[in-house]
Amino acid sequence: MADDELIWRIAGGSGDGIASTSQNFAKALMRAGLHVFTHRHYPSRIRGGHTYVEVRASADPVKSRGDGYNFLLALGDSFARNPQEEAYYGNEEVKPLSENLDELREGGVIIYDEGLLDASDIPDFEERAEENDWHVFPLDLRGLAREQGREVMRNTAGVGATCAITGIELEWIEELMTDAMPDKILEPNLEILETAYEQVSEEYDVDAPDISVPEGEHEEEQLLMSGSDAIAYGAIDEGCRFIAGYPMTPWTEVFTIMTQNLPELGGISEQVEDEIAAAALAVGASHAGTKAMSGSSGGGFALMSEPLGLAEMSETPVVLVEAMRAGPSTGMPTKPEQADLEHVLYTSQGDSHRVVLAPGTVQEAYDHSRTAFRLAYDYQIPSIVLYDQKLSGELTNVPASHFDRDPNPSMGKTLTEQEIANEPHTEGKFHRFQHDVEDGVSPRSIPGQKGGRHLVTGNEHNPEGHISEDPDNRIAQVNRRFQKMDAIRADLDERSLLRRYGPEDTEYGILTFGSQQGTVEEAVDRLNENGTSVRMLSVGELAPFPVDDVEAFVESVDEVLVVEMNASAQFRGLTQKELGRYGEKLHSLLKYNGNPFEPAEIVEGFETSIVEDGELPGPETKFVPAAGD
Amino acid sequence: MSAFSAIGEERDIDRDEYTPAIEPQATWCPGCGDFGVLKSLKQALPEIGRTPDETLLVTGIGCSGKLNSYLDSYGFHTIHGRSLPVARAAALANPELEVIAAGGDGDGYGIGGNHFMHTARENHDMTYIVFNNEIFGLTKGQTSPTSPKGHKSKTQPHGSAKTPIRPLSLALTSGASFVARTAAVNPNQARDILVEAMEHDGFAHVDFLTQCPTWNKDARQYVPYTDINDSEDYDFDPTNRADAQELMRQTEDKLYEGEVLTGIYYREDDRPSYQEEKRELGELPEEPLAERYFDDDYEWERSYDNFIDKHR
Repeated sequence: MADDELIWRIAGGSGDGIASTSQNFAKALMRAGLHVFTHRHYPSRIRGGHTYVEVRASADPVKSRGDGYNFLLALGDSFARNPQEEAYYGNEEVKPLSENLDELREGGVIIYDEGLLDASDIPDFEERAEENDWHVFPLDLRGLAREQGREVMRNTAGVGATCAITGIELEWIEELMTDAMPDKILEPNLEILETAYEQVSEEYDVDAPDISVPEGEHEEEQLLMSGSDAIAYGAIDEGCRFIAGYPMTPWTEVFTIMTQNLPELGGISEQVEDEIAAAALAVGASHAGTKAMSGSSGGGFALMSEPLGLAEMSETPVVLVEAMRAGPSTGMPTKPEQADLEHVLYTSQGDSHRVVLAPGTVQEAYDHSRTAFRLAYDYQIPSIVLYDQKLSGELTNVPASHFDRDPNPSMGKTLTEQEIANEPHTEGKFHRFQHDVEDGVSPRSIPGQKGGRHLVTGNEHNPEGHISEDPDNRIAQVNRRFQKMDAIRADLDERSLLRRYGPEDTEYGILTFGSQQGTVEEAVDRLNENGTSVRMLSVGELAPFPVDDVEAFVESVDEVLVVEMNASAQFRGLTQKELGRYGEKLHSLLKYNGNPFEPAEIVEGFETSIVEDGELPGPETKFVPAAGD
Repeated sequence: MSAFSAIGEERDIDRDEYTPAIEPQATWCPGCGDFGVLKSLKQALPEIGRTPDETLLVTGIGCSGKLNSYLDSYGFHTIHGRSLPVARAAALANPELEVIAAGGDGDGYGIGGNHFMHTARENHDMTYIVFNNEIFGLTKGQTSPTSPKGHKSKTQPHGSAKTPIRPLSLALTSGASFVARTAAVNPNQARDILVEAMEHDGFAHVDFLTQCPTWNKDARQYVPYTDINDSEDYDFDPTNRADAQELMRQTEDKLYEGEVLTGIYYREDDRPSYQEEKRELGELPEEPLAERYFDDDYEWERSYDNFIDKHR
């Protein structure tokens, strides 16, 4: 068992405090100088039902969930004690232990709560433990927690036991608990933590497992943050002070973070009746002179296609966030997928045009969120930040300096009253939609400004804003709106959102987008270590598409594997459409079972399918060969 | 100095200022009731002292949506049924604007019914005018949510089996703090009601009965009608909810049969608007949010300074 990383999985029932405990644990490890990365698995159910979170910690940077894990803390599902539910859900109580064994690595550690779980309920448990050389520590965590405080604090007992076995210094946890917990519950939690630690140290041979926490040090201060946090902070730093939304997993995370922060910053948040209203509010607020956003996940975004089209035609800047989850329809509410790509690119009628950016990491979530606002307001166009359930909830450490930047409240070509006076007018009417502007962007005025009054409309319109079906005007307006896309393309070329990774000249390439980026980078490292020459291009700008860069990448390698989380190879389709060829060169590796790729799956998919021309084992991932084969 | 100097500008305003320099290439048929709405609105706006530059008219789709082309103010002609969410966001972003939303009965009570209910319940400070001609006009004469039961059209060839919607009762029960009905056949009453609606702090709903001479030839021209606020037959207190409910029931029962009752049915003047409630909770800035982007001296806060402790 490798001792250079700890992948700690805490499992229990929804509502058992798995998320908060794992977040604190990850933060403590980060403060101790380690790089951390979390992966969360949960059902669409509030209380009860099997859930787990993995915290991966290493002295070196971690970019992804690992392959399997090496430390299980199984707490039992305290909400699964109703025998009548067994018919529906099976024996939930043992699931935190039974459901997690397949991915536990050889030589791994299991702590389970014998106060709630009975290992003898699980067939072959002992045989499997022996076969895999697992170190099993049955502990009465519930009893211990009950003695010292309350039963619900058995999480803390489990963390204390973890520390005893891995050698994590208790003070890291204690310091964090002191910061995170109110006084009333802090005392008993500290006692439980220490008692569990001592009990395990005294009763067990804790040196037996070959798992210890690695030692690391950060050169600068780190912050633990999710993709949703980063999108919200990027929006705030770019001057967004208005949000409207309707709850939907996982978009709710961005909505909540913004809502909790905006009032203090003099901003406005509105929870409204549906997603059509939400996006329409963002359009209305932007029209009236604010920086505004809305967003949703697939099903809710479907409702937004109307106001999205309105924003395009009326040239109202707005940012929409689309947090993808598995579909179609309600799909799998808590599981990630990247299958809304085409939905986001093509929804709404007519020759529509929009910016679509796809961050691949937490840092990029912040950057792309800022860029989305800047582009929206500079070019008077809707921008969409497309990400997914994986990136929305995963926590990782990021250097604090990444966020230490000045705000940018610039509204782009929104005029002041003095400037309005100098703009073209016809008989007192402001020319809102001039044809002859260099980058296609006609300066705008805001309701309430003197001399700037005009009409905007979702109908085709002339320069003054009046509805018009004149053919010459139509051509001029459509051309001008599309001219913006060229200007944005040139703008993006100057500060590319493409991420390149791996050695410079390689035989093979991997093309990906969004949240799979970090996992692909890990896979690229391993493939090169194994002797396969491969590098990655991750595309952060999906519309306008960086045709030249992607073409150069595809041209420079013999074969390309396109990695994405959906069943219909949407990103590969987009690439082929934009490049106009290369169907014979682009192979697909797809995964759509509700779980994101593990690095080993990409390594295996690449080696088996591309290098050896063999077939993938198992149904987890799917290889689709190039169209020309 | 304000970035929006047109707002609050005190001067005499001529109604002709609202007449567009470019005649709309348009669109309302001769004899259309919508001209009556336009006329009343052009009279009411100067009366409350609102200049074209401080007025934002947000419309939906349909003949009513063409109001923007005839009224020279800031305008946003949106999409079918969505004028209310666009308008109320503008009213939140800049509460000092005069925000008016307008649409037809299909737009407001049909496709936009959900928004109508919620905007009323939230009591946003704005005015909503619904051009109610009991028909879909611009799509050529289909049955609308206010068409009477039994109404025949190309989409209801055997006559509509649906009971028409009751817009006044719906507004009241949803929580609107001002509910009135007027008719294009009496522009003076309409003007007075619009003045009161726009001066009202909160959501003011005006169901504006308009005739459609092209598609709804059967529709009566809403005469004889009675002004309930003037008539001696109706001893009636518009601040009394129960009274309002009873009168609404009467008129909505017999709108298609006999006397049409118009006037201000309900007004709740001491109820704070949504904006006031939200400001009280600390969720709406004291100064219009929209002003801030034009204020060079405003110091924008960074997320880094505000939230970073949480992530350490």
